[in-house]
Amino acid sequence: MDMKYKKMEQEDFDFLRSVCPERVSVRGEIGEDYWHDELGGIRREPEALVKVLSTDEVSRIMRYAYENSIPVTPRGQGTGLVGASVALCGGILLDFCAMNRFLELDEVNMTLTLEPGVLLMDIGKYVEEHNLFYPPDPGEKTATIGGNVNTNAGGMRAVKYGITRDYVRGLEVVLPDGSVIELGGKIVKNSSGYDLKDLFVGSEGTLGVITKIILRLIPLPKHKISLLVPFPDLNSAISAVPEVIKTSSVPTAVEFMEREVILAAEEFLNRKFPDNSADAYLLLTFDGMSPEEVDLAFHAVAARCLELGALDVFLSDTDERNESLWAARGAFLEAIKASTTEMDECDVVVPRIHVAEFITFASSLQKKHGVRIRSFGHAGDGNLHIYILRDALDESAWKRKLSAVFDDLYGRAHELGGQVSGEHGIGFAKKPYLARSLAPEQIGLMRGIKRAFDPKNILNPGKVFEL
Amino acid sequence: MNIIVCIKQVPGTAQVEIDEKTGVLKRDGVAAKMNPFDLFALESAMRLRERHGGRISVLTMGPPQAEKVLREAFMMGADDAYLLSDRRFGGADVLATAYTLSQGIRKIGAWDLILCGKQTTDGDTAQVGAELAEFLGIPHLTNVTKFLGMQEEGKLDVEAEIPLHVVDVRMKLPCLLTVEKGIFEPRLPSFRRKLATADRKITCFSLDDLPDRDESHYGLNGSPTQVQRIFPPEIKTEKETWTGEGEMLAGKLCAFLEEKRFLSELR
Repeated sequence: MDMKYKKMEQEDFDFLRSVCPERVSVRGEIGEDYWHDELGGIRREPEALVKVLSTDEVSRIMRYAYENSIPVTPRGQGTGLVGASVALCGGILLDFCAMNRFLELDEVNMTLTLEPGVLLMDIGKYVEEHNLFYPPDPGEKTATIGGNVNTNAGGMRAVKYGITRDYVRGLEVVLPDGSVIELGGKIVKNSSGYDLKDLFVGSEGTLGVITKIILRLIPLPKHKISLLVPFPDLNSAISAVPEVIKTSSVPTAVEFMEREVILAAEEFLNRKFPDNSADAYLLLTFDGMSPEEVDLAFHAVAARCLELGALDVFLSDTDERNESLWAARGAFLEAIKASTTEMDECDVVVPRIHVAEFITFASSLQKKHGVRIRSFGHAGDGNLHIYILRDALDESAWKRKLSAVFDDLYGRAHELGGQVSGEHGIGFAKKPYLARSLAPEQIGLMRGIKRAFDPKNILNPGKVFEL
Repeated sequence: MNIIVCIKQVPGTAQVEIDEKTGVLKRDGVAAKMNPFDLFALESAMRLRERHGGRISVLTMGPPQAEKVLREAFMMGADDAYLLSDRRFGGADVLATAYTLSQGIRKIGAWDLILCGKQTTDGDTAQVGAELAEFLGIPHLTNVTKFLGMQEEGKLDVEAEIPLHVVDVRMKLPCLLTVEKGIFEPRLPSFRRKLATADRKITCFSLDDLPDRDESHYGLNGSPTQVQRIFPPEIKTEKETWTGEGEMLAGKLCAFLEEKRFLSELR
């Protein structure tokens, strides 16, 4: 299916301006921020940028784009890491940042209905004032909820609470031809035909444009404690994770970190971490409705950690202490970034049991390919963030080595029963790796689905897989 | 060097409810924690012990449940703990509190150095440390930011921040120091130590155990300050949003901060 797209002309811009007065900019006047996301190296100026405010506007624009074969790419805050919101084929970039209203907090059904442009960090604040909790916790708090739904973002609390998909109850979606459908709703169960809602979660804007989201909320856990667990080496730390998770109550988060990353964060923040004497650490968090519940949960795990070779278990149960831990954890990525010239990342996910093996393998690639590699992250859910650092490599050597390292990483992940992306998505950057890791039949089914929803391939073309 | 660290149990969060009628803190059901400023004093004591040896005692005044912060100090590495607890100590202002602590310290006996946090997060007066030193008749220095070692026998060199100046001072022991926030990153309580110190004894003193047993010197009776009313501060939630070009906004912001006198000190 090779589509020829229409090159946008004055009449097209006029139409957009008739729908969204004052909120349209056209090629030549579109800020560079809108040419790319946070993935380096891929950029394209859209032909038109439209800041949409309502479902009706989106619907009218889609219908027009459909009739005129103009590509449309939805975009939130542009914090994605795989180029998913870059207008690869030009056309219209729909900016959802201003479509950011909270529509309804239903405290009886425990749902929150909102527009896709609401920022993740604002959701937490909003619902917690009502003693409710939206558990998904991706690191990028300035991302929009629309972006989170489109990538099925995960985050640190996935170990206990699951991922974005687990909290999407309903969606309003504008299809490529402009028609508007409602999927799911405030309902807890649903066995009514194919679950199209779940198909849209994680579809990276390739099947339809999400214009309204109903999220599921849970009661806010009032008490929490973090445990910082030092181990003599990374292997003993990571190997303890499956044991820790099955010991008693499931931790909300299980992060691992190595000494060198902690030292980099200390230097970056000019502030000491509460402990840096061990080579490797696990950082565990437990939450609950009462201090007793939390105590019970962490005691058994702390004792188990000591049996598994932990040097000690440090307890963090106040705001000040948690801040000292999580400020450093939050700065790891920036600290690594500051230590090199450029970096790229792989966010593979492997079964929990293989995490230790995979990290050791990733580390061994430093020697094999002569490139610096750092990793930290979610040991509890098997989603690993592995950073390949360019340092002083020249452009061609960097490209070559990066590609070789990625080949090895994705290849090994596949052998271990893993997947290409745990939470960032495929977008443009990871397409070749997805194609290699899934069976041709699977990609074939995805193509069929894409054609069923978007027969003219105008929605976010060039993403996820080759049509 | 034997060190006594004075610590206090304070409400666990800043969102404490106050009974508007009685003006009393609603402590029931509110999680308590060690005063965050005291963590720096305790950490300082442990760094000094690493360098100069000796024992660390922690001392607190409070209801029986204040034992929790003493246990926490054990988990951080303190050797001994003392609890001053008596109904007759209740309602103490800063002066009576400092006096009671000084009596407790006289009872404990031998020590070289007393460390306090710079203030508490509930009372915020920052007066108890200095008053305690006066009652004990020893020199004191507040806002200590660095320990510089011992060049001379029996004297501790420290750096302190006083308004507009940083001073290096040679303090003759015994003395009392209050340490500044951030002097060290406080270590976290250790689960291993929790297990190891679960049965460690905490020494309790009541009024009858102290050298001065005159009830009029303690608690409400010994407090010249009387609280008239306690009320939560008004929290402003209104906000203003400005949009526009960066340069214009920077100028506007600068003018605003000057008008509110946030920038006057810099000029």
